[in-house]
Amino acid sequence: MSAQRDRSDHLLFLDTGSTSFTEFVQSYAPGLLPARFEAAGPIGDMIPHATTIVAATFDGGVVMAGDRRATAGNYISQKDMDKVFRTDDYSCMGIAGTASTGIEMARLYCVELEHYEKREGRTLSVEGKANRLATMIRGNLPLAMQGMVVVPLFAAYDIDGAAGRIFSYDVGGGPYEQKRYAAIGSGSLFARGALKKLYREGATADQTVLACVQALYDAADDDSATGGPDVTRKIWPLVAVIDDEGFRRLSDAEVEGYVRQVLDARMEDPDGPTAPLR
Amino acid sequence: MPFGYVSPEQEMRDKADFARKGIARGRSVVVLQYENGILFVAPNASRALHKISEIYDRIGFAAVGKYNEFEALRLGGIRYADINGYTYDRGDVTARGLANLYAQSLGMVFTESRKPYEVELVVAEVGEASSDDQIYRLTFDGSVTDEHGFVVMGGVADTVAGRLKDRYQADMTLEAALDAALGALTEPGGERPPVSQLEVAVLDRTREHRKFLRLAGPRLERLIAGAPAAPSLGGEEADGEGGPATAPEGDIDTGSGE
Repeated sequence: MSAQRDRSDHLLFLDTGSTSFTEFVQSYAPGLLPARFEAAGPIGDMIPHATTIVAATFDGGVVMAGDRRATAGNYISQKDMDKVFRTDDYSCMGIAGTASTGIEMARLYCVELEHYEKREGRTLSVEGKANRLATMIRGNLPLAMQGMVVVPLFAAYDIDGAAGRIFSYDVGGGPYEQKRYAAIGSGSLFARGALKKLYREGATADQTVLACVQALYDAADDDSATGGPDVTRKIWPLVAVIDDEGFRRLSDAEVEGYVRQVLDARMEDPDGPTAPLR
Repeated sequence: MPFGYVSPEQEMRDKADFARKGIARGRSVVVLQYENGILFVAPNASRALHKISEIYDRIGFAAVGKYNEFEALRLGGIRYADINGYTYDRGDVTARGLANLYAQSLGMVFTESRKPYEVELVVAEVGEASSDDQIYRLTFDGSVTDEHGFVVMGGVADTVAGRLKDRYQADMTLEAALDAALGALTEPGGERPPVSQLEVAVLDRTREHRKFLRLAGPRLERLIAGAPAAPSLGGEEADGEGGPATAPEGDIDTGSGE
């Protein structure tokens, strides 16, 4: 039996097939894929949820930032969760919704991109990457109906166009390209409102990071499921910048600098910067 | 004894001779350790059909022989590595495991198929220090050897290995290691292959995330000329902002060539 299994293992590895890692896993070990089972009833409230992610493009790149709170119902289950994942040298994704499914999706997606790149000797186009993620979300649709909703936000630097790009999705897939900024999660309404006022065309990376941190602050201000900066524990939002040098996650010290700027200004004016009426 | 009977010994000998001849037809590939990792050098006129490639974060692959055969093994290796890294953790993917898979596959093909694979492979894993580096050489019949320092396979392997032995030292700089490899690959008095005819890659332990990096074009020319390497190659100095540096260092190999 085991000899038989060993043998078919080799054949599976060596049957060179498709470039999709997910398709390979599906035929080889479907149990490893993010859960595809049908839950008995809505289970969404029992499992930690990740909340707000924002992203905005700037001249020559894109910024993505996420708060650190995970909630299960009205209970804060984690204060330092990571919701922004590097998916390859030039892209990242943030997750909102069911945390476990989102993390699993990010992990699988990362291998998916890398698998293609190693096999084919080229990276997927930004559109290719965005579509691939859409397929994974569609695969999760039955589960989303049970409350295991996960909605990612995808950001990438497009080498050919020398610009940052953002794609958002709904539970059915998508993708919808967002030209300037986007936000997902329960605090996204507030974050998007803030970004709408703070986003500037032609801003630098630095200014855009600041705008994203402001937007997260506003989301935390009005949404109970989004965590604000935790000054006493020194837990800061996660901020990633992707430009022609690739993906870079800002260090805690860097993010702290931005957060302190925001906090200092909010001491004077708790509602943050105002935009001219016209 | 029925007509046309071939003894198992004779059959194995014939297969081995056949495979050896196929492998000796191409040009040699050199794999050697240098101070920051493992260097792969292959004379290869093709920009697209690689003899050297990345398997996983710390694992590289080099092959000589029949392209379609080693390409199938390469793709199988990538599957093996990706599924193990996804099932367990990225750190749980090892060159030893991969070498075992290849040994099984090659051994099975050698004994059970009419035609053995005409390939020879190296699976190399870069460690935290050069003493942790692992280099496995696999031959067409599935035998594995654990190598240290350098390996030469394919073409006139023994001659090239002899020349490399004279030049090789432990912990050479990348420039010196590349010079030694090119010297060994070149006939005495002969002309070294131009940069466009070379496939060169490193597993550089100082890089973030994925250690494999192809070297080509102007950067390779600079290295061959012995000029100081581009500062980004070392990896450490590009990002001094405190906290763990997570940015990819230096040029990112997108696999799309120059």
